[in-house]
Amino acid sequence: MSARDDILARIRSALQDTPEAPEIPRGYRQDSGLGEDELVELLVDRLIDYKAQVVVVPEAELPATLAGLLAGASSVVVPEGLDGGWLAGFDDGDVRVDSAAAPLAVTELDAVDAVVTASAVAVAETGTIILDGSPNQGRRAISLVPDHHLCVVRAADIAGILPEALRRIEGTRPLTMISGPSATSDIELERVEGVHGPRRLDVVITR
Amino acid sequence: MSSTFLGMPSLPVFGSGNLHAAESFPKAAHRELGNAQLRANLGHATHTIRDKRLKVVSELPDWEQLRDAGSAIKQSVMARLPELLEEFEANFTGGGGVIHWARDAAEANEIVAGLVRATGETEVVKVKSMATQEIGLNEYLEEQGIAAFETDLAELIVQLDHDKPSHILVPAIHKNRTEIRDIFLREMPGADPELTDTPAVLAMAARAHLRRKFLTAKVAVSGANFALADSGTLAVVESEGNGRMCLTLPETLITVMGVEKLLPGWQDLEVFMQLLPRSSTGERMNPYTSLWTGVTEGDGPQNVHLVLLDNGRSAALADEMGRSALHCIRCSACMNVCPVYERTGGHAYGSTYPGPIGAILSPLLTGIESEENSSLPYASSLCGACYDACPVKINIPDILVHLRSVDVDSKRGKKKLPSQMDVGMKAASWALSSGKRLGLVEKGLPLGRLAAGPDKKITKLPGIAGGWTQSRDIPAPPSESFRSWWATEHKATEHKTDTHKTEGEQA
Ligand code: SF4
Repeated sequence: MSARDDILARIRSALQDTPEAPEIPRGYRQDSGLGEDELVELLVDRLIDYKAQVVVVPEAELPATLAGLLAGASSVVVPEGLDGGWLAGFDDGDVRVDSAAAPLAVTELDAVDAVVTASAVAVAETGTIILDGSPNQGRRAISLVPDHHLCVVRAADIAGILPEALRRIEGTRPLTMISGPSATSDIELERVEGVHGPRRLDVVITR
Repeated sequence: MSSTFLGMPSLPVFGSGNLHAAESFPKAAHRELGNAQLRANLGHATHTIRDKRLKVVSELPDWEQLRDAGSAIKQSVMARLPELLEEFEANFTGGGGVIHWARDAAEANEIVAGLVRATGETEVVKVKSMATQEIGLNEYLEEQGIAAFETDLAELIVQLDHDKPSHILVPAIHKNRTEIRDIFLREMPGADPELTDTPAVLAMAARAHLRRKFLTAKVAVSGANFALADSGTLAVVESEGNGRMCLTLPETLITVMGVEKLLPGWQDLEVFMQLLPRSSTGERMNPYTSLWTGVTEGDGPQNVHLVLLDNGRSAALADEMGRSALHCIRCSACMNVCPVYERTGGHAYGSTYPGPIGAILSPLLTGIESEENSSLPYASSLCGACYDACPVKINIPDILVHLRSVDVDSKRGKKKLPSQMDVGMKAASWALSSGKRLGLVEKGLPLGRLAAGPDKKITKLPGIAGGWTQSRDIPAPPSESFRSWWATEHKATEHKTDTHKTEGEQA
């Protein structure tokens, strides 16, 4: 018998008492009921708690804001679907475009100073931003290898709690949930920011 | 295929690997208790995490409803396991992944080594995974000439120190910052001799040490926190970004996962992603969670494998009272609140799975008769703190008691002569079955005072009870039993007289 058939047979045998599969009680909250102002405020609070830097700006000010946050950076990588106007203020910098068809090598990603991406949805209560690999967010590697990640979140994409956010996401895309810069609690269970992922996370919320 | 069982029931097939206590828990605990540094480190760490957990859990008004949902989902997964596994297999394969089934640790190790060999590589990077720890994958790969590099900070510390993990979430919880600094200085090539013991500085040293490995690795080995049957999606929950590095940059990804990790579908993730981070690191959300469904063209590994592991899980499932131990999502909340774990540390449990969950899971996976695992269900005061903390409401104290009775039954079946424990239990049941008999036994109390001597302490008990007096003295029994004192006192109050019996007198 193959290992597969063997294991399935063992499991069926283990369940010969035919235990019942209970109804799932979903009495937990399905949404937060918060309005946009409160959602923005909560998300900002949670991100700051994770030691991310957060700014809230009108959409028109996004290029200037990004340029300001990129001060000191000479090169930046962007996914191919990123709105070209966003980096209008970074005109003297070196902007490299990455795509699945023409991916940058890992060593190149390691050498750039920063990455700018959009995001799919955010969760205010937990301070979480979800990237789903859409063209304006790009391959997973580009938001991982550079040491500075600038992530743009539209206020309309902020959900209150996790169940609301996951309802807006296609689960079979390559997903990354990000809650603050990389961190570890491995030394005496104290949280320390900045390990292998980007050590600096800047979040720009536009509304 | 229907999930109804039609064939002949088969005997449970137990698991193997790093699941055994090599010596009995009392013996191992006795040694570990002598390590004051270990106890201080553990006390500090477990108290830090307890406070954090309580704070973020109390923020959620629906925590209990989430626990109820989590518990029911897992119960349903176990009841429907065959059909869910088949559904998962079809979806994972449909997404471009390859599934391998492993009956036990040895088979899983061979599969992984074979997959690595097929790539022509001799190095793999690893994301922290309990399943690969359980099967002893690193050791096996080493024998096969394949070097496995742990990339999680705590795993790295343990690996560099040639030590064993002592906690499922923070394997180096038994080390403090100074000890970690010393390990880095000793074992990390090129470590800065000026390295301080500030956690941020130590984290930076780990980053520098592993960076090149990540950027050049061709093969990664991971575990998985969740697998969604209705889509074939896998999820890894982590903090440092080492997981993302391993799951994203290499060409080949090999994941090893126990069959019990399944969830029915996407909607269930909203429950577990609320329960897990708050219960484990005491955070509202862990820094990074990655989800992948088979192969995504142009993004991430293009060769994606999954080894589905039984290794005793089907045997645990066959135990109707014990099967809910398989609901465990490895958050470690139960060990962080356990008064026994806090004092003995994880090494005393022998197995990959320490603490309250380990005390039930290890013997369920290996069988109670395996090596010294029969002593594990006794490694508990049954205080119930683990049950209260468990996000999926596993009734650990109940299962501990159940396994103790399994142990006693199995020993009775094996032995011709009744053990001291049996004799003692028999005597207790005789004495406790009637008040008159108990009174008779209590008459012996003054004898105990004689045995204690003038310092009123009994320092050595004979036979099986000797274990108890090895590390503590027992105060001499009182001259009078509580029952006898009560009877006297009660009578005295009734008659409103003031005739206290003198010490030593019987009612
Ligand atoms: S038994 Fe419960 S509390 Fe303990 S690790 Fe598993 S899920 Fe967490």
